[in-house]
Amino acid sequence: MLRIHCPLCGERPYTEFRYGGDAGKHRPVHGAGGIEAWHDHLFLFENAKGPHREFWQHVQGCRQWLIAVRDTATNIVADVALARDARGLDPQGPGGP
Amino acid sequence: MMRYSLPRLVGHALRDRPWPRAWRKATPRSHYDVVIVGGGGHGLATAYYLAANHGIRRVAVLERSYIGSGNVGRNTTLVRSNYMMNGSTQFFEFSLKLWEGLSQALNFNVMLSQRGQIVLGHSPAQMDGLARRGNTMLLNGIEAELLDRGQVQRLLPYLDYSGAARFPIAGGLLQRRAGTVRHDAVAWGYARAADSLGVDILEGCEVSGFLLDAGGVHGVQTSRGRILADRVALAVAGHSSQLAALAGLRLPIESHLLQAFVTEPIKPFVDHVISFGAELFYLSQSDKGGLVFGGHIDGFNSFTQRGQFPKAQGVAQCALALIPGMSRLKLLRHWAGIQDMTPDGGPFICRTPVRNLYFNGGWCYQGFKATPAVGWCLADTIARDEEHPLVRCYGLERFAQGGASLDEYGHGHWTYRH
Repeated sequence: MLRIHCPLCGERPYTEFRYGGDAGKHRPVHGAGGIEAWHDHLFLFENAKGPHREFWQHVQGCRQWLIAVRDTATNIVADVALARDARGLDPQGPGGP
Repeated sequence: MMRYSLPRLVGHALRDRPWPRAWRKATPRSHYDVVIVGGGGHGLATAYYLAANHGIRRVAVLERSYIGSGNVGRNTTLVRSNYMMNGSTQFFEFSLKLWEGLSQALNFNVMLSQRGQIVLGHSPAQMDGLARRGNTMLLNGIEAELLDRGQVQRLLPYLDYSGAARFPIAGGLLQRRAGTVRHDAVAWGYARAADSLGVDILEGCEVSGFLLDAGGVHGVQTSRGRILADRVALAVAGHSSQLAALAGLRLPIESHLLQAFVTEPIKPFVDHVISFGAELFYLSQSDKGGLVFGGHIDGFNSFTQRGQFPKAQGVAQCALALIPGMSRLKLLRHWAGIQDMTPDGGPFICRTPVRNLYFNGGWCYQGFKATPAVGWCLADTIARDEEHPLVRCYGLERFAQGGASLDEYGHGHWTYRH
């Protein structure tokens, strides 16, 4: 079974987490860019076969949003960080789902 | 091609000779009118209808592995046309009609068994929803019957009707023409029929790139060399994004795993296809006796072809909630297929921004039952360079245009929630 190492709670089965999708996506700034930017954000997917940065929320634990790097070809989770730290320098803030 | 018939069968039984190969081991030619990437049910059906309906016989089907190795052999073999969203209703009914004549058309028994599918309802609100779905079908000329609890109990006496049932059964919606098809026979039947019309089926031939210029695509680079083509079509469920990226396209598709399960074989028990109403769960019994069933996708994108165990547990819970008598059955096998999930649960059959490149994919849970109609409509789209009327709702541009939704259950644009 897929297991995710929560930085606060330790390694837990994935069923304790809620999946939140691709963390590489950035929500377009309101008012900037046309409808195309929103279309691409909502409807297009990188769909990487290999390392994939993605959101998980530890809903049955600390309830923190995390960003994990999981290889979609093997399901091996290489790296997990709190989303607020991982995206702390992002001027748009944590753009969760 | 040797035509299969009763006299042939008897003749072969009397002589000690092996049957000839069902299709040739072709070697790639340098140029084709149409190259189809992906030798699954969809790709083979497209090749067959290009040759049979449009007389385009210089066609190659490129398969990375062997015929029948992908999702055409991994699904739960169900065919039905009880769709509610305009566009899908008509498309899947067209597909069911093609299934009904397929064994004769291909001279290959695909073992269509129209045993009827019953979708169960567990609350008055759900019965209203089923009535609406049934009315939509009736308005489109598709038979549908709304069943009350007593009628369901007469047809399916082994379900849990006790006071302890977690989800009491209120009734159901029956489509009598729905049923199952032997999925391997579909791949073999289309491969054999296409081959007999001159189509080259190239197994062990992986596409690594497209030959592109300002005029669009004019061939593919493969593990068996460069192959030129006037037109190229993609039908590679699971890896659509990876292949399209080689042509510079980003798709509204994410790859997810769907698991399927089969129990040890038992005597005839389940005569219909049953869909649970309280969860996504569907079950039928194969001719060999195994109960074949499946549920939701795993819930996060993956290419591993290995399902997560909690999903197997969830599916088993659904089975027991519905049929307590299954509690002592052992699971014989379970497996996972990689499928294209889309933002609205609907598929794509269309031209692409790259000239002469056609796309078929995004079939989510429903690719197998669509096989004949996909082949028919994609062949037509390629031959006329314009989308077949039945698939105009399946364009890649539909999200940008905000057109009619194909989202049957209103899940929104999250691929992993469909």
